[in-house]
Amino acid sequence: MKNLSSNFKNVLLVIAGLLLAASCNTPGNAYKSGALAGDVASQVYVPPGEYDEFYAFMSGGFSGQISVHGLPSGRLLRIIPVFSVDAEKGYGFNEETKAMLNTSHGFIPWDDAHHPELSQTNGVTDGRWIFINGNNTPRVARVDLSTFETAEIIEIPNSGGNHSSPFTTENTEYVVAGTRFGVPYPQQDVAIDSYAENFKGMLTYISVSEEGDMDVAFQILLPAFDYDLAHSGKGKSHGWTFFTTYNTEEKATLLEVTASQNDKDYIAAVNWKKAEEYLAQGKFREVAANYADNEYDESTQMATSTMKNSVKILTPEDCPGLVYFLPTPKSPHGVDVDPTGEYIVGNGKLSADLTVHSFTKMLAAIENESFEKVVAGVPVLQFEEVVAGVVPEAGLGPLHTEFDANGNAYTSFFITSEVVKWKVGSWEVLDRAPSYYSIGHLMIPGGDSKEPQGKYLVALNKITKDRYLPTGPELCHSAQLYDISGDKMKLLLDFPTMGEPHYAQGISADRIQSKSKKFYPLEENKHPYATLGEKDARVERAGNNVHVYMTTIRSHFAPDNIEGIKVGDKVYFHVTNLEQDWDVPHGFAMMGANNAELLIMPGQTETLLWEPKTVGVFPFYCTDFCSALHQEMQGYVRVSPRNSDIAMTWKLGEDDPVQ
Amino acid sequence: MSSPLSFTISCMKKYPRILMIIAVLLLIGLFIFPMWRITLLAPQYPNGVTMYIYINKIGGDSPSTLQNINILNHYIGMKYIEPESIPELKYFPYIIYSVMGLGILAAVINKGKFYMAWGILMVILAALGIYDFYLWEYDYGHNLSDTAPIKIPNASFQPPLFGVKQIINFTAISYPHTSGIMAGIAIVLSFVAWKLKIRNEKYAEQVSSDSDAYSGVLMRSKA
Ligand SMILES: [Cu+2]
Repeated sequence: MKNLSSNFKNVLLVIAGLLLAASCNTPGNAYKSGALAGDVASQVYVPPGEYDEFYAFMSGGFSGQISVHGLPSGRLLRIIPVFSVDAEKGYGFNEETKAMLNTSHGFIPWDDAHHPELSQTNGVTDGRWIFINGNNTPRVARVDLSTFETAEIIEIPNSGGNHSSPFTTENTEYVVAGTRFGVPYPQQDVAIDSYAENFKGMLTYISVSEEGDMDVAFQILLPAFDYDLAHSGKGKSHGWTFFTTYNTEEKATLLEVTASQNDKDYIAAVNWKKAEEYLAQGKFREVAANYADNEYDESTQMATSTMKNSVKILTPEDCPGLVYFLPTPKSPHGVDVDPTGEYIVGNGKLSADLTVHSFTKMLAAIENESFEKVVAGVPVLQFEEVVAGVVPEAGLGPLHTEFDANGNAYTSFFITSEVVKWKVGSWEVLDRAPSYYSIGHLMIPGGDSKEPQGKYLVALNKITKDRYLPTGPELCHSAQLYDISGDKMKLLLDFPTMGEPHYAQGISADRIQSKSKKFYPLEENKHPYATLGEKDARVERAGNNVHVYMTTIRSHFAPDNIEGIKVGDKVYFHVTNLEQDWDVPHGFAMMGANNAELLIMPGQTETLLWEPKTVGVFPFYCTDFCSALHQEMQGYVRVSPRNSDIAMTWKLGEDDPVQ
Repeated sequence: MSSPLSFTISCMKKYPRILMIIAVLLLIGLFIFPMWRITLLAPQYPNGVTMYIYINKIGGDSPSTLQNINILNHYIGMKYIEPESIPELKYFPYIIYSVMGLGILAAVINKGKFYMAWGILMVILAALGIYDFYLWEYDYGHNLSDTAPIKIPNASFQPPLFGVKQIINFTAISYPHTSGIMAGIAIVLSFVAWKLKIRNEKYAEQVSSDSDAYSGVLMRSKA
């Protein structure tokens, strides 16, 4: 006992000593702020009532959502639920949106959302939609930017870990989905050791119609490398997509070592225009598959999930000229195409150098058949024949590059924790700025499009440590805003983000602002259980199912007293918000409901299922402070025993019963 | 052959009738444009809530404006503004049709006192209409439900007829709008027509009683 306690004291002393040392070593403000100079506050200050210049859409990573911030203020404007249920908004809990999260594995309430990608027209962001990938259970979602609601989620068959996704082509003809994890093809019970033999890697092209409807157009069967990131060509390279790979060693265990052995992995260059030709010629195999395509219909306000059962597969052996491999050093992460479409930057994450390929040289190498070898039917081009230049020893651990409108590139370096600015073409390093800490991706509004909008750069940092007041062991991720309008990058602002943003997209506000919907016109509400006026409010029983046709308007529900419900009933509250004004949602919360609340926008109908288990009288109420009499917006449901003969009645008001 | 002056005179002769026809045409505006506009301003309504009153309907800057105004009004127990329950919106159009008919008749008859009579009729109708509007406003502002959730003793909820007024948290602004102004111009035109007609009639008398003097004028002007 004595020994133990004296040991404990010693430990305490050591800790106290360490704490003292740490407090002596606390870095000064100059270090923490990156030596901020001048009046940076005014550069990020957006006065009350005024708007930010840009929208920034950040992926939520393991939150499964997208968060929307304003730039330059960094203010959080909204969280859009995409792959994860959101009890606050009823998303994935109400009857209308459950189908959005359906997959071939059933209902999945979560995913890991990585890369938001704005739709483009002629290579320029157009503000119609934003796409995002679900990495865990391979999916791609489309979010409508007039409502900021998820409009469609499509599952990707024959895939595992949808990481190199959903990068768009120049006119949003396709968004892509390359698998990060090789999986047996077809999926089957095989030894994991047989990876190289039985596993495959699939690149998927999802077509996007004028209305936004997504479909799996075709898949390309390739070796089971890990397809990490992608970008499609633009301008002269329109028609091509570039995917980075690692684990070209094709290993399935201890990848941190086994998959880091090859000096060079590949960038897979896919000629999707060629793929279209092969499809037209019928050079595909139609293969059975099972995947969900879930669409939200704005007029019925309901999601429907359709299971699809086949997919067209192209193989390089049958389709010469479809895919080429460009050798690229050390497990490249991001692959980024400069605004002219000529340069393809491979961010070799275990390398100190950045490798830049030339599209023109690539075409020449293909023309001259300068092949090093052929892997699984795919010609590997000679490295020297395709490389345009190398940014030498720019830093350590390059992950991702974006561009400004003046021919400069900005690369994030995770290991050396910095952003490095360099000149496209001359490959000289122009400037470097530290990030706090360990930057992952970075974003410049329009920085992966034909027309970067420049001005700001956002660093999405992986490590936060001491940047904000501590909040226990778990900290928010931190973003940093840099002014890139001058020769030198200037750190302006730190701001916390939701989940773990893996990538972001920025767009000038005017491309979205004017299209933003204010409410849903009631006359366009085609929900099958809509109640378009208070006089139609009612309760209908069909066996054990009870349908409550309920309305909300400031500041009451109709009906607000319901009797005749019995234990064991399934009660569906179909609540229509009759308001027709901007920003007047009503909430609906039912005591004992096992799901969530409803948050109903003006003109919308949403449905909450409630299964009362005991007799009694249970209150419901409005959760969204809607008016001066919001607190009065409440009602009761009486639940009687199963065998009771209490009649079904409902009412609103004492002298003005609804019935 | 008509000299320039006689041409001018023949035009001058046509003026009253043309003016009267324009006055009648201006009344068509009542069926196209609002006659009155009431705007409510409050911090929560950065663009204001605007109600437009037509001869035959009540509208707003959006199809849902009236509903939104009614929702606000119900807290103080004000009756719902329901255009279907306002009979004036149904029979006012017929009054306007009749007045337009009378205006055309006046133009056909083309006598000064008919123009004057039409103008006076319009003034009386406009005064009655505005008085009726005032009565409705008074009714909405005073005839409040006993069970109103919000009761403010001595507060006036009656919107202004003309001008600006503070109604609890709202600034209410009420002024005539396009077709109201057009109707006003129609009245003015009818009186101008009357004045011109009288002058023309007097002039014609003078000319016929003294045609020599008239040719004298003509010669002097040619010299
Ligand atoms: Cu409410």
